Amino acid sequence: MHHVTLDQWSRGASVLHRRDPRVKIAAVLMFLVVLATAHRELAWLGAALFTVLCVAARQARLPLRGALARAGVVLPFTAVFAGVSWLAGDPARGAVLVMKSYLSALAVLLLVSTTPLPALLRGFEMTGAPRFLLMVAQFLYRYLFVISEEAQHMRKAALARGATVGGLAGNAARFRAAAGALAVLFARSYGRAEEIHRAMLARSFPGYFRPLIELHLHGGDVIFLVLGVVTPVALRVLIERAA
Amino acid sequence: MSPLVLVRGLRYQYDDGTLALNGVNFRLEAGETVALLGANGSGKTTFALHLNGLLSGQGTVEVCGLPVNPKNVVEVRRKIGLVFQDSESQLFMPTVLEDVAFGPLNHGLSPKEAAQRAMAALEQVGMAAAAGKAPYHLSAGEKKRVAIAGILAVEPDILVLDEPTTFLDPPGQRALAQLLSALPQAKILITHDMQFARAMCSRAAFFRNGVIVEEGSVEQMAQRYEWDFIAPRTT
Repeated sequence: MHHVTLDQWSRGASVLHRRDPRVKIAAVLMFLVVLATAHRELAWLGAALFTVLCVAARQARLPLRGALARAGVVLPFTAVFAGVSWLAGDPARGAVLVMKSYLSALAVLLLVSTTPLPALLRGFEMTGAPRFLLMVAQFLYRYLFVISEEAQHMRKAALARGATVGGLAGNAARFRAAAGALAVLFARSYGRAEEIHRAMLARSFPGYFRPLIELHLHGGDVIFLVLGVVTPVALRVLIERAA
Repeated sequence: MSPLVLVRGLRYQYDDGTLALNGVNFRLEAGETVALLGANGSGKTTFALHLNGLLSGQGTVEVCGLPVNPKNVVEVRRKIGLVFQDSESQLFMPTVLEDVAFGPLNHGLSPKEAAQRAMAALEQVGMAAAAGKAPYHLSAGEKKRVAIAGILAVEPDILVLDEPTTFLDPPGQRALAQLLSALPQAKILITHDMQFARAMCSRAAFFRNGVIVEEGSVEQMAQRYEWDFIAPRTT
């Protein structure tokens, strides 16, 4: 599971890990804005920003290859649109799409890999993100593993009863079985959601989470904020002027 | 001295028409540990949900002298802690510490006080070392302990545990019995595990079709209702 690995990475002790989540969120947002709005010298800018992200990953003591590979999870999605652009006679546009989406994913992955989820959610909350959205993200993160485990158990149960028939007729049967399993999984998840809600009410849930984590900005955070915001802007300005 | 829990004539019907409770009378005194026995669907869990104000039927339910109603429900939930059967549903926060601090924060403690209270509860159940862990990294026994810590953190007077030995292996059950024996609160245990009930409970109430048909010792209930299972010898 990706989120188990990211959870382990996020509990490191590097300089980047110690920074206040709010300044990391601000830096990533600036990075994304600079990347999304760029339209000149994209090859150079992409290379420069990629280098910045690699340096940051090394500073955070993350396994670089693992991080680069995990950021590639967006490629199957963007590759479809890139393919459409290529077929429409605009291969450059397709390449830019792939480059921008990969760098964006890598930047977000760095943020998630250097900030434990509770601190990250608290950071988003304090920067004005909707509480309901954060609550959904928190539950998804907590129960993704549980639901995945239930799905694995159901798959094993199906295999144990001989659900391995091949051929066209076998595929149709497998599809029907998978659809049924999905419905059962949905019903179980719904039941679990009701149990969770009951457990929350039993402990006097007022309708929103009261935060346990208190965030405080330090000198190092301010320096990081300045560097994180200025670096992508400066790189873009320098590269576009040099062209 | 007034009882910790006093229930009179409790009736409850689910939306689908099932009459789950049909006039339950019950009392729990300080220091008691009572087993609720009976078949699946006889009303034990529905009854427990009324004690915490999660369900509301006809009749009266009083906890520590407070009638369970919308006005008192927050105070009632501080006095009576409910440990659910499936700890996976009870541990919903990203980390163990945050989960255990959830109750104290909801009862108005500051983040610092809540964290201290949570750490003390985790130490009480022997899980302080897991404070920073995510709940999915824990074993079933550890999850149960953390779920109990989440309840102890609000310092309740009464603990209600629904099928506490489910998912636990024999060492886990033994550890749980030792932990519960050491806690001073009055307890209500909903269980099918007669060995556990015998070890823990001074009294038992037997549910059938939504009413408590009889109360007595665990042994009396086991004999009267043949509520025990001893595997027949096959060799």
